[in-house]
This record gives sequence, structure tokens and C-alpha cells, in this order.
Amino acid sequence: MTKKLTALLGWIDERFPLTATWKTQLSEYYAPKNFNFWYYFGSLALLVLVIQIVTGIVLTMHYKPDANLAFASVEYIMRDVPWGWLIRYMHSTGGSMFFVVVYLHMFRGMLYGSYRKPRELLWIFGMLIYLCLMAEAFFGYLLPWGQMSFWGAQVIVNLFDAIPLIGPNLALWIRGDYAISDATLNRFFAFHVIAVPLVLLGLVAAHVIALHEVGSNNPDGIEIKKHKDPNTGIPLDGIPFHPYYTVKDMVGVVVFLIVFTIIVFFIPEMGGYFLEKNNFIPADSLKTPTHIAPLWFFTPFYSILRANTFNFLWVPAKLWGVLFMGLAVIIFFFLPWLDRSAAKSIRYRGPIYKTALTLFTISFVILGYLGLQPVTEIRTVIAQIGTVIYFLFFILMPWYTKIEKTKPEPERVRW
Amino acid sequence: MVKNILPALLLVPVLAFASNEIKLDPAPVNSYDTISLQRGVHIFVNYCVTCHNAAYMRYNRLQDLGLTEQQIKDNLMFSDAKRVGDTMTVAMNKNDANDWFGTTPPDLSVIARSRGADWLYTYLRGFYRDNITHTGWNNTIFPRVGMPHVLHELQGVQILKTEVLTDAHGHKHEVQKLVLEKPGTLTPTQYDMLVADLVNYLVYMAEPEKTFRMQLGIYVLFFLAIAFIATYMLKTEFWKDVH
Repeated sequence: MTKKLTALLGWIDERFPLTATWKTQLSEYYAPKNFNFWYYFGSLALLVLVIQIVTGIVLTMHYKPDANLAFASVEYIMRDVPWGWLIRYMHSTGGSMFFVVVYLHMFRGMLYGSYRKPRELLWIFGMLIYLCLMAEAFFGYLLPWGQMSFWGAQVIVNLFDAIPLIGPNLALWIRGDYAISDATLNRFFAFHVIAVPLVLLGLVAAHVIALHEVGSNNPDGIEIKKHKDPNTGIPLDGIPFHPYYTVKDMVGVVVFLIVFTIIVFFIPEMGGYFLEKNNFIPADSLKTPTHIAPLWFFTPFYSILRANTFNFLWVPAKLWGVLFMGLAVIIFFFLPWLDRSAAKSIRYRGPIYKTALTLFTISFVILGYLGLQPVTEIRTVIAQIGTVIYFLFFILMPWYTKIEKTKPEPERVRW
Repeated sequence: MVKNILPALLLVPVLAFASNEIKLDPAPVNSYDTISLQRGVHIFVNYCVTCHNAAYMRYNRLQDLGLTEQQIKDNLMFSDAKRVGDTMTVAMNKNDANDWFGTTPPDLSVIARSRGADWLYTYLRGFYRDNITHTGWNNTIFPRVGMPHVLHELQGVQILKTEVLTDAHGHKHEVQKLVLEKPGTLTPTQYDMLVADLVNYLVYMAEPEKTFRMQLGIYVLFFLAIAFIATYMLKTEFWKDVH
């Protein structure tokens, strides 16, 4: 039996690099042995991606992308489709948890300088994945065709209106109609279930290929490839991804699934943050909800949009808002070149970077909170201060990372 | 046109804030109280399904509440529903509804998920006589609501009284209070219990699988706890080699 299987493997290997791929990507891909808590979120993001694709396919079998049927078809899934409620809650929870996991994954990159040379492209692929996720969430949120779906999409599409010259026509082109309508729902469905996921999968592949080309960073921010065993050429601080990190990530997967299960089975609305109250009212173009808040993972950027209240240099406040909101996302792409510090990891950086990152994180969270709340004068002022801190973190980075004295990095990883 | 709408839009947040100030009474909801749910569905089909749809709720789903199909057919199906697998819909013409109430009565299938149990509990106990509306009824948390007080024979007739109270500092406060002017067939306590049953049912109907979901969740967590121990031991075993 074993002999026959070996023969089969040989037959395949002559025609397809199966064993070679297994070796280069898993069993002989050497990862630093000092990964900590922050290093679970990459594999967890992959897990959530699989959950979203599988549950999404099942939902597509029962969902109707039609303005007259969409809302009812979601309730049909919740009530009449066997296990439909579970699939739907897994998908709605998965959507939010994707952002939880990805935000923590990105924050890890900022803690340990994972975007620095030679991982600039890896970071850029990651940022493109993040953009795709935002598009995916935006398109998908219209599909249940509730009040928040409708008015949320209305607010976001109207932002494109602010762009000079082409704005109104661009908004019209996105909607496919003069208002959010059946035409919009149909095209958003197409984008959500095929166009964006296709790009997303390609980018995830590119992200993993780039990672395995340059090798993983680690909490010490030093290159393990600098110290190799002279005989085998294996990094001294590296261990094969499989089995060491596959078994370690399995523990992470189970812990993640415990959190996921608690949400799906006990608090699927998550207090109105994962499933909003108003989205249980069918979309009505004649009744504007008194308070429209975007989904929680967009709210820091929404706050930045609303913080721009000045008409300045003949440019209206709304356009400044759209520009700054776009810039707030795009600026992450430039991190590899903004950071001039001698050390990669926060472990060997001085107090200036630590303070800057802390202030940035606090302002990101506060902006996120404010984006969920109705506007008041004082909240707008706080959002403006938060926005300034947010951008100063990036704009001043080349300066404050260069002047700061860093501690010496160790030769080998701390273990 | 736009200029006329703008001041109205500016008022919207103020109004939203004002409506938030009204205290909601906590609804005594218990999803596991089958008897309460059975009483609730009885009130629901008698008083609500005359005008409101529950278009996503099937009659035979009520077997969840310990009823047989025959019991459902005999006791709960009065409207035009033909088969026990039908959903709870009424054959009220949309135009008629607009003439009578000024709006189409909303579907109630998931009303407990959009409004919340406490809101419904407060709303159904907050009707009072008021001549400014064309139905003659007004509501404390839904001013000028189109819906008349369907349960007034049970509750009786309330009016809204404004009292001026003087506090310890000598400041005067206007307090509005609902006062029962003409008693109905039920005492106030009995009426509160009836509304509680109805709201309990509305909460059930908004998500019929909820109790099953939570029970299943316990099993899933139990399984994952074992999986955690197994994977953790596996990890420790493999990582013994890493020095």
C-alpha cells in the first residue's frame, strides 16, 4: 500500500511540483521560533476568509438580489432554510471578525516594523487586501436591503458626488440609477460575490508568496537568515512551519472559534454593532433614519470625513472630508518609506516612537467611537484633534524616527 | 424646496434626542415560558393580525410552542390563511389601510428586533385619549401614531395629565402622567401581564430559533473546550524539541 502511494506521489511529482511545493512552503519553510501572541492573526485571517467563502456560497443559493425580494429572502434563510440562521450569523459575524483580525494583524506590523525592507511589497499586497475587504464589506452590507443597508450606501455613494467635474456622473455610474435601487442592488451583488472575491484571492496568494520569498519578520525585528547553519544552510533561529507553527496555529484557531461561537450563538447582533437594529426594517427610500452610522470598522474614517468642517482655499468642506478620508487609508501604503528608524521592532526603539504609536492608537479608537455617535459641537472638536494626531503620526514619522536613538538590536532572536 | 426641508432636517437630531429621553419600562420577557408564549400568540392573532402582517412567520412554526397542527388550525387561524404552512398575512387592501390609518401597518415579523422588547412593552401600555389625532388616540413614545388603541376595551381609557410639582429647592417641574380615566375589563396589573405575554411572543416570533441556538451554543463550546485541551497538548508535545 505504502509502496503504491509512493509510486503515485512519484507519478504526480514528475508532472506537478507537489512534494517540492509542500517542502518550500510548509515543511522546509523556516519561520523564526520566537513568534508571540500577535502572530496568530495572519492564519486566523485566512480561516475567516474560508468561513466567509463557504458560508457565502450557501447564502447565495437562497438569497434573492431583487429590491422586492431581498429582505424577505434573508428572513426566509433565517427561518425556513435548514441551518440557514447559523450560516447567516456565521457570515455576518465573520464579516466583522475579519476586520478585528486584520486590524490586529496590521497593528502587529506596526509594532515590529514588519513593513520595513525587504517586506515593502508584502505590506503593499496586505494593504490592497485591506482595500478589497473594505469594498467587500461595503457591497455586502447593501444586500440584506434593510434601512441601514440602504441609507449607508446612500451616504457613501453620495461622497463620490463631491469629486469635482466627474463626481455626479461617477455616483450615477456606481448606482446605475439616480437613487439606490434595484439596479444598484444587482450590481453590488455581482461585486460582492464574484468580482471582489476574485481579486481578493489573487492578492492573498501574492501576499503569501511574497512572505515566503522574504521570510517572516519576528518580534525582535532582526533577520534570521543572517545566521545559518554552515552545513545545512538552515537559519539557526528558524523552525519548519510545519509541524511547529501548524500545531501552534491550531491552538489559536480553537481559541478564535470559542470567541466566534460565543458571538454567533449568544450575541449575534453584538449589541447592534454587527447587526444593526434599523436593518430589521426593510429599506424605504421615503423614510430617512434619524441617525445613520456606518459599520463599526469604517467609523474612524467616517469621523475623519465629518471632522472636516471648514471651506478652505475655495474647496468645500465636504470635498476636504472625502480627500482626508481617502488619504487616511492610502497613507498606510507609504509606511515602509516614512519609517527611518535604525531598529525595526518596538522592543529596540526609544520612547518617542512608543509615544507616537500609543497616541495614534488612542486617536484611532476615539475616532472610531465618535463615528458611531451623532455629531455635537464638542464631539466635532475632539474628532478634529484626533484627525490631526492621526495624520501627524505619519507626516512627522520620517523626522521623529530618524532623530530617535535606538537600543542595539541583538544578533540572535530572544527566546 | 431644499430651503424648506433644511430647517426640518436640522430639527431631526433634536427630535431624536427628545424621544430618547422617555424612559422605557423593562419588558418582563422570558423566552422559555411556553405558557406565556401561547397566551401571547392568542392575543396576537386576535388583535394584531387583523391589520398587521407577519409575512415571514408560518402558522405551523407555532409547534415550537408545544401546540399541535390541529390546535393551531382550530384556535389560531382566523384570517384568510388556508393551510397551516401559510404565513400570517391579512388580506387588507393597501389603499384602505392608507385611508384608515394614513399609513400601511408595518409587518410585525421582526418588529421586536428593530424596536426592542422594552419599546414595545412601553408603547402598548402608552395609549391615551387625545382629540388631535383622527383616530382619537395618541401615544407617549410614538406621538401622533396612526394606530388606534386596539386593546382599549381591555385596558380602559387613559388620559395624559400634566401635574406641576415643586421640588425641595422650590423649582417647579411639569410632569406628565398617564391616568386611567375609565377602567377596562382587566385590572392594570392584568393588562400589564397581557402585554408582557404579547411582547414575549413578538420577541419569539422575531427569531424563533433563538432558544435552540443558545442551547446548541453550549454544546459547541463544550466541544471546543475539549478541542482546546487536545490542540494545546499537541502543541506542547511538538514544541518540546524547540530549544
